[in-house]
Amino acid sequence: MKTSDLISALVQDPVPAPRLGRVLLAGLAGGVLLAALTFALALRPRPDLGEALEQLRVLAKFALGLGLATAATGLLGRLARPGVPGGGWRWSFLLPGLCVLVAVAAELVAVPPGAWEARLFGKNAAVCAPLILLISAGPLLCLLAALRHGAPTRPGLAGAVAGVAAGGIAATLYALHCPDDSPLFVAAWYSLAIGADALAGFLIGRRWLRW
Amino acid sequence: MNTAAREMQWAMWMRAASGGDAAAYRRFLEDVAPYLRAIARRRFFRSGRPEGEAEDVVQEILLALHLKRHTWDPDRPIGPWLAAITRNKLVDALRRGGHARAQVPIEEVMDSLAAQDRTDHGPAQELDRLLGRLADRQRAVVRAVSLEGASAREAAAQLKMTEGAVRVTLHRALRTLAALYGRDAA
Repeated sequence: MKTSDLISALVQDPVPAPRLGRVLLAGLAGGVLLAALTFALALRPRPDLGEALEQLRVLAKFALGLGLATAATGLLGRLARPGVPGGGWRWSFLLPGLCVLVAVAAELVAVPPGAWEARLFGKNAAVCAPLILLISAGPLLCLLAALRHGAPTRPGLAGAVAGVAAGGIAATLYALHCPDDSPLFVAAWYSLAIGADALAGFLIGRRWLRW
Repeated sequence: MNTAAREMQWAMWMRAASGGDAAAYRRFLEDVAPYLRAIARRRFFRSGRPEGEAEDVVQEILLALHLKRHTWDPDRPIGPWLAAITRNKLVDALRRGGHARAQVPIEEVMDSLAAQDRTDHGPAQELDRLLGRLADRQRAVVRAVSLEGASAREAAAQLKMTEGAVRVTLHRALRTLAALYGRDAA
């Protein structure tokens, strides 16, 4: 077939595709909804949520989840488009990371070394990461599906960032439930779960986001 | 025309195209193709691949540009978008050809978007081969609007379909073709 013949065919296909920004937003909204649904089915908010939210270290839990989710979704909007640089969004991950580091440092100073281990494992160490992963499955799928509408030139990276976004959303919800507030606990198990999400997103994205 | 002016022109055509101006869209594709050809030929030559096969990549890139045209943000310059898609497809094609670690620096693609190759190019082979893998109805629609140069409406009358059905079938066929590139090559 000659290239001019192909062009004639392409010109006859004006099916307007929905705008990419809207599709990504829809993916995000659907993902948050699914995550909230999973949370509602599997867990309950902690009974003392109101008082807990007055503590700085509890807010740090939300800073990690919300911060990562925001940074990752912002970066996704750029990774989904060919030829668009990551820009300032690449550095936006530093903020939630820094929050957690500061919180960990404060905890290490405030708590005697003998109690570190108890703080690190808390009550829920064994279920924390699995539950975050469970809640993140919905948003991860939604975000990846939305990304397929885009054209990420680095499919693995885009998938991994979608994983961080999904993990961040899930961690935020999980933080409503979990009474383990020590930054040591959060830095270890939340990060483990979000890291696993990133890996899953990378592995799926590398294949599924190719175009 | 210098690169900046040309990209302004391309962007203008693409904006008109997304507003439904098929003539502007055709001008965009026809104007871009010689630049894609220049890059593809040079790259194939440097990799020791037959330059004749470069036209296959030109078509693959055009198909990708078409199917992903909504990923260009009209508020951004069109050059980087074009270069990123071109480079992506070029690397894919070179890797399929056995250059497992083919690298194409994005700067080179950007620079190459300044050169065009309007030499007479023969028909490419790959797309015809892939057409054979489409469902009968899809193949008939693609043939009608490409080789026979029919409009969607004419194709509809000819194939006894509605115009809407022709458009849907065509769109699905193009997506299938784009996915087939590479999947069963090598």
